[in-house]
Order: sequence, then C-alpha cells, then structure tokens
Amino acid sequence: MTPDPQLYTFSAWRGRRKIRWPEGKSCAVWVAPNLEYYELDPPANPHRKSWAKPHPDVVGYAHRDHANRVGHWRMADVMTRHGFPGSVSLSVALCDHIPEVVEDARQRGWEFFSHGIYNTRYSYGMDEAQERAIIEDSIATVERATGQRIRGWLAPALTHTPRTLDLIAEYGLDYTCDLYHDDQPTDVKVKSGRLTAIPYSLEVNDHYGFFIYNMSPRDYADTLIRQFERLASEGEREDGPGGTVMCIPLHSYLIGQPHRIGPFEEVLRHIAADGRAWIATAGEIVDAWREQQG
Amino acid sequence: MSLDPSYLEYPHRRLGMDHKLYPYSNLFQRPPVQWPGEKSVAIWPVICLEWFPMVPSDTPFRAPGHMQTAYPDYRHYTAREYGTRIGLFRLLDAFEAVGARISVACNGAIADRYPAIIEALVKGGHEIVAHSTDMNGTIASGLAEADERALIAASLDALEKASGTRPRGWLSIARSQSFATPHLLAEAGLDYMCDWVNDELPYAMTTEAGGIVNMPLNHELSDRQIINVQQQSVDSYATQMRDAYGWLAHEAEAHSGRMLPMHLTPYIMGLPYRIDAFEALVRWLAEQPGAWFATGSEILDSWSAST
Repeated sequence: MTPDPQLYTFSAWRGRRKIRWPEGKSCAVWVAPNLEYYELDPPANPHRKSWAKPHPDVVGYAHRDHANRVGHWRMADVMTRHGFPGSVSLSVALCDHIPEVVEDARQRGWEFFSHGIYNTRYSYGMDEAQERAIIEDSIATVERATGQRIRGWLAPALTHTPRTLDLIAEYGLDYTCDLYHDDQPTDVKVKSGRLTAIPYSLEVNDHYGFFIYNMSPRDYADTLIRQFERLASEGEREDGPGGTVMCIPLHSYLIGQPHRIGPFEEVLRHIAADGRAWIATAGEIVDAWREQQG
Repeated sequence: MSLDPSYLEYPHRRLGMDHKLYPYSNLFQRPPVQWPGEKSVAIWPVICLEWFPMVPSDTPFRAPGHMQTAYPDYRHYTAREYGTRIGLFRLLDAFEAVGARISVACNGAIADRYPAIIEALVKGGHEIVAHSTDMNGTIASGLAEADERALIAASLDALEKASGTRPRGWLSIARSQSFATPHLLAEAGLDYMCDWVNDELPYAMTTEAGGIVNMPLNHELSDRQIINVQQQSVDSYATQMRDAYGWLAHEAEAHSGRMLPMHLTPYIMGLPYRIDAFEALVRWLAEQPGAWFATGSEILDSWSAST
C-alpha cells in the first residue's frame, strides 16, 4: 500500500493548454448507462458484502432487475429521442443472461465498456491471474455479443486493485472511468500502453443524486442542468481550460422510474437545444482529446 | 493475496435469470393489458396497518419503524398507534371521498386487537391484504421454514376470522423474504404477493407449490421512502406522484394499461400537516380521465382476464 498512488501529473485548472472540441462546442456530454446484472445469491468476497441483507435481498435484487424488465427501455427511448448515444458500463454477464438488452443498446449504436462480470463480483482480493481472467472474459464476451472491442473500464461496483489500471492498459484498453480528479481527460501513469482517465462522475450519478443526496427527481434534473451550464460556460472562457467534459452516469432502475423519467427527459431536451454541447461517446471524447495531445 | 477459485466460477451464467422463480420479460413487449372501462392507469393504494409490540424482536431482523429507545419506548409505540387510531381514518376519508376502494395490508394483530378497524374496512368495500402477524413477524433467511409457514397461517387465520374472508394477497414486512417464502405463500393458497419491485405490472411466478402472481408495489414511490428515508416534503411527494401518473398515462396510450402503486403508512402520511396535500393529490388523481382506483384483487383479476 502507498499513500501516494502516483496516478497522474498534477495540472491546475488555471493556465492549461486549451482543449477544443469539434465544431467549437464547449462541453462534451456523454451519457453512461450502467447495464448491469446482480446475482440473487453470489458467493462472498471477504472484503465486501454484496447485499445489505441475508440472501435473498428481495428488494435489492428486484429493484435492480427492474432495470432490465422496465427501466432500460424507458431510459433508452428517451435518450434516443433527444440524440444521446450511450457509452455503456456493462456487467458483461448480461450478454449471457439478457441478450435482448445488450442487443437493443448495440442497435442504437451505443458503445460498450466493461463494468466487470457481475456487479456482485468484486475485484478486491484478486491475484493478478484472476484479474487478468476478468479482463479477458470481458473483452471476449463483449466482442462475441456485440462485435465491439471494449476500449474502457469501470471497475465492478468500483472495486479495484493497485494493478487494475496497469493491466487494462496492457490489454489495450484506452480509458478508465474510475478516477474523479478532473473535468477534462487526463493520461494515467501506467506501466505499458496508454490509458486516459475520462471524467465520469459520482457527484451527478443518479445513484448519488437519489441515494446519497436524497434528491427529488426534479432537484436531480436541476442539478444536471446546473452542472451542464457551468461546464459549458467555463469551456467558453477565453482564459479558461477549453472544452470540458460532463458525464451523466445512469442506472435505469433509478432514472427509469415513472416519477423520474419525465424530469430527466427535460434535462436532455435542455442540453440538446443549448448548442454548446458536443454529444458524444466516451471513445470519441478520448480520441478527440488525444489528437490534441500529440 | 487471492480469492478462492470458486469466486471466478459462474454456475448460473446462462440465458435467462439466475434463479427459477420467473423468466425474463420486457414490459414493453407483452400483450396489452386492458383495464375496465378502458382506463389507462390502475391506481393501487396500499395502506400498511401495523402493530409494533413494545418489546421489539431482532429475529430475523427488526422491522423498519420499530422501537428505537431503551425500554419503554413510549414515543415510537404511541406515534405508530397514532397512525392506527387517526391517520388511517384520514387516509380512508380521502379515498372514500372519491369513491375509491383500496387495499389495506394488515398485521394479524390488528384484527385481534382492533376489530372495529376490520369492520370499517369491510364496510367500506376495501380489501384486506395479509401483512404478517405483528411487527415482530419479519421474514428472512434464518427463520426456520416451519416457523415461517406457521407465521403465514397465523396471519391469514386472524384476518379471516375478523373479516370473514381469507386474504388473497400477502405483503411481507419490509418486502423481506427467505428463499422459501414464494412457495410457502403459494402453498398457503394466496393468489398474489407484493414483495418483488422488479416490474410495473403483475406477473406470474412459479414455485414448487404452484403458481403465484407478484403485484409489484413500488417501494420508491412509498411515503416511507420519499418522506421518511429521503426526507422530502409531502408537496414533493405529491409532485412525484403526479409526474409518475402523467408518464404512465402517456405510456398507456402507446403500449398497454399501466399501474401506479401508492404505498402508504398511516403514521407518516396521516399527520395533520401532510394530509391536506395528500387529499388534494387523491382528488387530482380521481379527476384524471384514465385513472382507475382499484384494490389489488381487482387489478389481479382484470390482469388475469386480459392476459
């Protein structure tokens, strides 16, 4: 263990070389639906409990199952209606359990990255061979189901080991969603290859909005609009850092509830109509940023 | 450091669910459901009527809303009783004023202790759903199957004795089940349970003791979740219910009948400073042309007839 993980070079918000997004847009907006599968009776990880209650945790499990039966379809239609593709944080076992959901996302032109095998299997405590196994499983499973080679990683239930970032870079993945230090992409120090941290977000994640900050649906919608307005305006400043990134991380069992989806649709309508948003996928944002880094 | 090799084995990784209770189903690809009178949204109020023994049990777990202080916890005991004496009747008045019949999920102890309540519910045409014995009657893994079977029977017997009708529906405390619960409920002859929140319409489950329908009672749209857990105001609650209704009514035009559950707690919603806003919400819902207030049994029967 080390007190300083040596993840990246320090860079202050003032005095950076400016980032420019396509067509002069000031804020790159990407939507990250978490398409997940949680197991009813997963094995125990010695470092983290999967369910708060003894198995079966009926409410915990069923709430998340709502995503695949109901929430995804509602959320995905709203996103498509307003022109937002998804960059999917995928429990790759969903490809096996409920291929309908994965195929729907593929047909909508969404991008997939790995969020582990199940969101009830954690990386804590894995040795290197075990961690390689879940990365290789992720690459192979998503390629088989969608034809896409995954380019990114969001650790399953945000469980990492100190070698995760080096390993995903070694396997050729381009981006990680696990680091929250910036509003622009950043290169991460890895042993081999190149890995870029793309701004994801816990602060405006619907899970935080509804279960950490206990926001009402309309308050959460207002929060997303404020986040966008500020990032879009900082991205326009002459003396500013240039284009910013806003991620909207979603769980359709939360945002796809009938009392939340309406206010959320207004957010997408607002951002799409604003004119300053570059609505993109995670991979497109990483590519555009890298082209300017040389 | 490494994990046991079994941690990277996935014995249930296959097409479909990781259990045998129900198959996967997409809400938007099912045959349309028709409610009576071509209504678009079935509104299903469920009031929980609960008695908390002042000596709480933590086996298998302590129920939400239970006693919190050292004995005697008069404050929580009596505040819950306020809901039973007064809050319930404020809620019933709100629904009866618009001619709505609703479901009331009762502990068996309510029937034993307060037969006048059961009489009022029967007289109002409301449905009694079984809701365990009392608030020490929680279910989770660790409760012996024989004890769970006895708990279910005791609840049904008490409610049948007081009301003259055996309940058709079951709601577990905190929607918490053991692995045995679905088959024990089917074995007890119940037609439906309300514990699984994974859907927005009734759907069939299969158990070794036969079939049972799950009627999803959205916990996120409950007064407990919005007002007690998330600490939002009753006005915000009412806005969220109106927004939910609006979305579902809109979806019903394109797809199929929809269902809006309202899970209510008398000691939360039945307070003087909240009930006016709640009454206004009920009136607003009753004015919507597509709204059909119904009991769980009515919704179940209508769903069964149209699928």
